[in-house]
Amino acid sequence: MITHHLPVLLILAPLLGAILAALSRNGFAAWLIALVASALTAAIAVALLWRVQAEGVISYRLGGWAPELGIEYRVDAVNALIVLLVGVVALVTMIFARRSVLAEIIPERVAWFYTMMLLCIAGLLGMAVTGDAFNAFVFLEISSLSTYTLIALGRDRRALVAAYQYLIVGTIGATFYVIGVGLIYLVTGTLNLGLIVERLGAIESSRALIVAEAFIVAGIGLKLALFPLHAWLPNAYAYAPSSASVLLASTATKVAVYLLARFLFTVFGGDVGPGGIPIGAILIVLSVAAMFLASAAAVFQNDVKRILAFSSVGQIGYITLGLALVNPTGLTGGLLHLFNHALMKGAAFMAIGAIVLRAGTAKLDELSGIGRVMPWTVAALTVAGLGLIGVPGTSGFVSKYYLILGALEAGHGWLAILIVASSFIAVLYVGRFVEVMWFREPAQAARESREAPLEMLLPMWVLAGATIWFGLDAEGPAALARAAANALLKVAP
Amino acid sequence: MMTISDPTLLALALAVPALATLAIALLGRRPNFREASTLVASALLFGVVMTLLAHVLAGARPELFLLSVAPGLTLALKVDPLGMLFAAVAATLWIVNSVYSVGYMRGNDEPRQTIFYACFAIAIFATMGLAFSGNLFTLFVFYEVLSLSTYPLVTHKQGPAAMRAGRVYLLTLIGASMVLLLPAIVWTGLVAGTLDFRTGGILSGKLGDGALALLFAMFVFGTAKAAVMPLHRWLPAAMVAPTPVSALLHAVAVVKAGVFTILKVVVSVFGLETLQATGASEWLVYVAGFTIVAASVVALRADDLKRRLAYSTIGQLSYVVLAAALASPVAVIGAALHIAAHAVSKITLFFAAGSVYTAEHVTKVSQMDGIGRRMPWTMGAFAIGALSMIGLPPTAGFLGKWFILDAATGATNWFAVGVILVSTVLNAAYFLPILMRAFLRPAEGPRKEAPLAMVIALTVTAVGTILLFLFPGVPFRLASMIVGG
Repeated sequence: MITHHLPVLLILAPLLGAILAALSRNGFAAWLIALVASALTAAIAVALLWRVQAEGVISYRLGGWAPELGIEYRVDAVNALIVLLVGVVALVTMIFARRSVLAEIIPERVAWFYTMMLLCIAGLLGMAVTGDAFNAFVFLEISSLSTYTLIALGRDRRALVAAYQYLIVGTIGATFYVIGVGLIYLVTGTLNLGLIVERLGAIESSRALIVAEAFIVAGIGLKLALFPLHAWLPNAYAYAPSSASVLLASTATKVAVYLLARFLFTVFGGDVGPGGIPIGAILIVLSVAAMFLASAAAVFQNDVKRILAFSSVGQIGYITLGLALVNPTGLTGGLLHLFNHALMKGAAFMAIGAIVLRAGTAKLDELSGIGRVMPWTVAALTVAGLGLIGVPGTSGFVSKYYLILGALEAGHGWLAILIVASSFIAVLYVGRFVEVMWFREPAQAARESREAPLEMLLPMWVLAGATIWFGLDAEGPAALARAAANALLKVAP
Repeated sequence: MMTISDPTLLALALAVPALATLAIALLGRRPNFREASTLVASALLFGVVMTLLAHVLAGARPELFLLSVAPGLTLALKVDPLGMLFAAVAATLWIVNSVYSVGYMRGNDEPRQTIFYACFAIAIFATMGLAFSGNLFTLFVFYEVLSLSTYPLVTHKQGPAAMRAGRVYLLTLIGASMVLLLPAIVWTGLVAGTLDFRTGGILSGKLGDGALALLFAMFVFGTAKAAVMPLHRWLPAAMVAPTPVSALLHAVAVVKAGVFTILKVVVSVFGLETLQATGASEWLVYVAGFTIVAASVVALRADDLKRRLAYSTIGQLSYVVLAAALASPVAVIGAALHIAAHAVSKITLFFAAGSVYTAEHVTKVSQMDGIGRRMPWTMGAFAIGALSMIGLPPTAGFLGKWFILDAATGATNWFAVGVILVSTVLNAAYFLPILMRAFLRPAEGPRKEAPLAMVIALTVTAVGTILLFLFPGVPFRLASMIVGG
């Protein structure tokens, strides 16, 4: 039965696609392969979610080997959501990418670009579905290595520095993670997450686990740009090719957040880790710092991509805050924000990608009045911006609403106030580009531009439309996020 | 005869301005059709709202469920007399303001008229949603739509000054609503278990006196559109906008949305009895009183005509807030009447100011010598509006003030009584000199009125100001229905 093999097909589709794209050498053929592969991936992701909802947790043994020896893929309500997100974003990104890549990447490297995109997608999906701690490291490296290449393919020479910076930091993060996994292996004798959890109860000394938790949280924290481990992110997003920025901003950090949640809740036991380390409290402090400081940094950027990148660091703060609250409502808010932020940031990066295509720049002071000539594009960017602020009627409002309820449920009234107050900073940075793009007299760049092509506008508006749709009717995604939160916290629905 | 059900009428009240926005955007290249769609839509909306008004006066309370965003957060409409009054005022003035806008925008050859009319229609859409909102969440959503849709109008002139004003405008309104109003709504929801409006309130006995006063303060200052000091600076800053926009801000929608929200919260969230019993709103009498007097003093010293009018608005708004703070049935009647009266009078004043600007490019009081002799229709209307601001019969301004004064003496709140009396003197002190300059000083130059559309509009509102005094039946009945009379 082919449906039985869905979890592995999910990864095989982009992985094989990557090989074919590399072999094709031809830019258009590679794009077509990437498009088909990601369409397949998205379809499999939908099927997986459907099966998880119908049958509950899916456990798949790679090659038929039982967990202790073999690798188990395990899909439940939590990663089914993540897989769906990655699959859908991958598909719309591929539709968007063709024109943008033609303009931004040297022709002979186009096929390599799609190869790396597909590898990155395969790595991210692998991190999401695997139930094996070391296998997750392998996929983490696949996604990271392809990401370094993607960033380095950017046409700006600073892209090389950004890629190198990320390479160093990312390698440190991956090493930390694998050290942590090694320590866990030392005390439990297994790499399977399910078995690790079973055997943890029998462990008397928690010292190795304390160290493991420190390494793993710091390692994944680097990958997800947890404040203050975020320094690599703004440059990486700003100088990567536009369509790579779309993929990275909407999926890469999100999968890392998922992995962190998996370790925190299933292995380390949530709020207070082994040895009484108040990991929840530490995360709250870091999240709040991100919400304020990174958002404030966004206000002072001139490059729109950098505004969006710093905004990402701030928005990730809301997501990790949801994890740190450790109650069903807060976690629902965090996961919902993970989902919603991916959609709105995807739309925003697509919009700025389209602007770069037409106007040739992402510098705010050169983009005066661009909204007059590219109204649909800038409107999508504005919708995404409203979502980042959390204006009612956008999905950003719904996720923040759940976060506020979660904060109040946890008895942290002051956190609820901080969530609202920090949203105000988003008004400043969104207001800045909205004012310049819509309400200033068109500058040189704007006068020479025209509206983006339809094949870019469509995927952009799919994501921007979802931002509005899930702001008006949030019960669907909220139910998915709630189910995921319950699964993580092992609360009966 | 075809009859339309009440929920359909409610849906139409939102749909008409929404569709008008679309039509305006599509007809951008054909100005005559574009303006026609604004005028037709405003006439249609007027019809819809007046039909609703008849039903509400007959005792109906139409409801319409729109959608459920998340559990506990629903967008739903429910008409009550206060909202009906606000919607009727806004729908009526939209017609007049549209006629005036056509004259003003063409007379001054303003650029970007399509976006102007489109945003105007969205603002009316938001106003209808706000007036008919059935719960706090719906109110908040439309409140924010109103803020966002009026930003392009405030920055219409696009110079550095307009941009600065736009920033102050948006940051004050959105900032206050996000930092104070939204938390207040969430808090209310948690305490009361519902966000639905109910006459008599939903908070009775749910909070201690101190917490209740704090929550009330969050509502009042979160609603920066009501321009209670110190959150009033956005209003004078926004006067850089074209005059029809000022009319929208000061009379049709924006500031009225602010005082409407406060009044609605007083009546349907806190409840008059709860406020009376706990005294949670007493402090606001002093803040509003200070705002009234301080704004009048600033207006007294302003030479720029629109600035003088803007500070006059800040003072007049706080009459409504003061009445809301007194929280007695008579005060609420006065507040509701004052919303209607101030709307029709202030729009007359702004129309006149815009007319003077369009015909003569006069913006300062000191330049207005003898202008009444040269523009008798305009300045005649201005005189009526000014008398209404002072609160003299036979103008509408007398009514609301009378009831508020009655409420203040009834509550033996001598501070409030004193504020109203002092303010009346100050109002006279800053409006009468304008009239004296305009009519008594010699004129230079021939008679020259503004474009006909503008003169018609301001004459209509001036006549309305007097008619509202002579026939206050409908607003008075609505106002009494608010408090269950």
